[in-house]
Amino acid sequence: MSDKTHLPVGAEAIRDKGWFNAHRYLILRRVSQTFFLSLFLLGPWFGIWWVKGNLSGSMTFDILPLTDPFITLQGLAAGHWPELTALIGALIVGVAYALIGGRVYCSWVCPINPVTDAASWLHRKLDLPKGWQPKRNTRYFMLGMVIAVSALTGTIAWEFVNPISMLHRGLIFGMGFAWAFVIGVFLFDLILARRGWCGHLCPVGAFYGLLGQKSVLRITADKREACDDCMDCFAVCPEMHVITPALRGTDEDTPLILSPDCTNCGRCIDVCSVDVFHFTHRFDETPAPGRVRTRSNPAPKVGKAA
Amino acid sequence: MSAKTTQIKNRDRRRFLQDAARGAAGCAVAGMGLTWLVQDARALPDRAIRPPGALAEDDFLSACIRCGLCVRDCPYDTLVLAELGVDGAATGTPFFTARDIPCEMCDDIPCVAACPTGALDKGLTNIDDAKMGVAVLIDQENCLNALGLRCDVCYRVCPVIDEAITLETTHNARSGHHAIFMPTVHADKCTGCGKCEKSCVLPGESAIKVLPMRTARAEAADHYKRGWEENNPLVDELIDLPDRLPGPGTDNLVAPGGFTGDAIPDPSMEGGFKPSFSLPGTGGSN
Repeated sequence: MSDKTHLPVGAEAIRDKGWFNAHRYLILRRVSQTFFLSLFLLGPWFGIWWVKGNLSGSMTFDILPLTDPFITLQGLAAGHWPELTALIGALIVGVAYALIGGRVYCSWVCPINPVTDAASWLHRKLDLPKGWQPKRNTRYFMLGMVIAVSALTGTIAWEFVNPISMLHRGLIFGMGFAWAFVIGVFLFDLILARRGWCGHLCPVGAFYGLLGQKSVLRITADKREACDDCMDCFAVCPEMHVITPALRGTDEDTPLILSPDCTNCGRCIDVCSVDVFHFTHRFDETPAPGRVRTRSNPAPKVGKAA
Repeated sequence: MSAKTTQIKNRDRRRFLQDAARGAAGCAVAGMGLTWLVQDARALPDRAIRPPGALAEDDFLSACIRCGLCVRDCPYDTLVLAELGVDGAATGTPFFTARDIPCEMCDDIPCVAACPTGALDKGLTNIDDAKMGVAVLIDQENCLNALGLRCDVCYRVCPVIDEAITLETTHNARSGHHAIFMPTVHADKCTGCGKCEKSCVLPGESAIKVLPMRTARAEAADHYKRGWEENNPLVDELIDLPDRLPGPGTDNLVAPGGFTGDAIPDPSMEGGFKPSFSLPGTGGSN
């Protein structure tokens, strides 16, 4: 740990790179989230029907069908073989996320992400205790549970409670009391469990994570040598365990963040004042000296004093 | 293998089993909660009518992804997605309320065409075959036609007029010399579009309402024969039972036709037929 850990998260990056560069991916993500939401809202608000439907299923320009593959999977488990339109839609979405990273959905598209990000931000500001921290793999149990309940009840079970569809559909078609679910997730993350929903429980995230296990788009800690242990990346990362193997690896270990839990949100790139992280592809084999101090990998001469 | 590695292995195995058990138990609890919620939410209220071609409710919930594309392609804004806690149908699923906006029964059935999953069955190609529900003249005390007036609105607006709804005339016992034109729904022709319910002139609730088939229809009694519809007797040969004629005695087998013992008339019927009893007011034999 360096003496910089006591600084507010991101302060250094803002100082060194400027406010915009220290928030670049955050802004891009908010733009992306707004963009995808507005596509759906253009119709009901302004009568421009480029995109109809919602994240569960949509039709773009009357030609491109898109379907949520996780919902399709639950439907199959429930015993319904869907029409070709839904299958093609699910295939397109599935292939796209398998390439760019399944959990890109979570950080760049999902409307619940700003909610849990806000909860996490407030959590940090209020310096609350992290609360209940279930195992990271709890989400896979949740995923299995949802599929099992779908098969057992013959319904698309998660859609009865899914806060993502509740919020998204609510904004487009009418909210009713779906706000309760959104506020519930916010309070859960704020008070009961830090990063609890998206980071530990959400079966949709679990599904997309598995989908993008071999995704091409990846973040690399290729400049890990320059890391000054300020810990800001760990503070902002919604899935902080994904950073360690890449950042703390030895020369032989890949600097690529290969965990399917990584949402490719790019916040680590933003908050790093020394630009350790970059977007790249999973086949990137640029050598990146590790930071683990061993005899074969001695500490760099310069920067030690800082 | 050294004792230490065995120890570590055992500890890891224990930890793994503990975690797995904990996860499984947690998810079993969550799963039971979800199952209860799902079972609770699948009770579809009778006033919520599903779009044309909708699969039976149980199958519908395995197929509908709640995308709302049917709602978007409905040209009359008939269909809406159920809002949580506001509408009774499972949240996000499409339905309509006939009294608000009924189904206009488009020829090209755009809602069915829009459905990406087949929750609305593409097999429905003729909207007249739709079975969204069935209209029931549920309040016969306030229906104007049932009172003997001539409203006829439900009959007139019916897209399948004279087939799904007919006016059946019966004697108006109240006035003594008028007819009652009773709106009568024929379930095999009624599509459940709800135009009759929408246009019922009564203030507030309608006297005729579209109800789901499961509520409105009984199951036909297959173990009873409708002799007037099918002409095949239960037994092959005609059984000639003794005719029952009015007369003294209740046991007509002992005294067929009321004749007993030697009072049985001459079978040749000479001198005409004379029953052993007399009908009142005919001035009979005794």
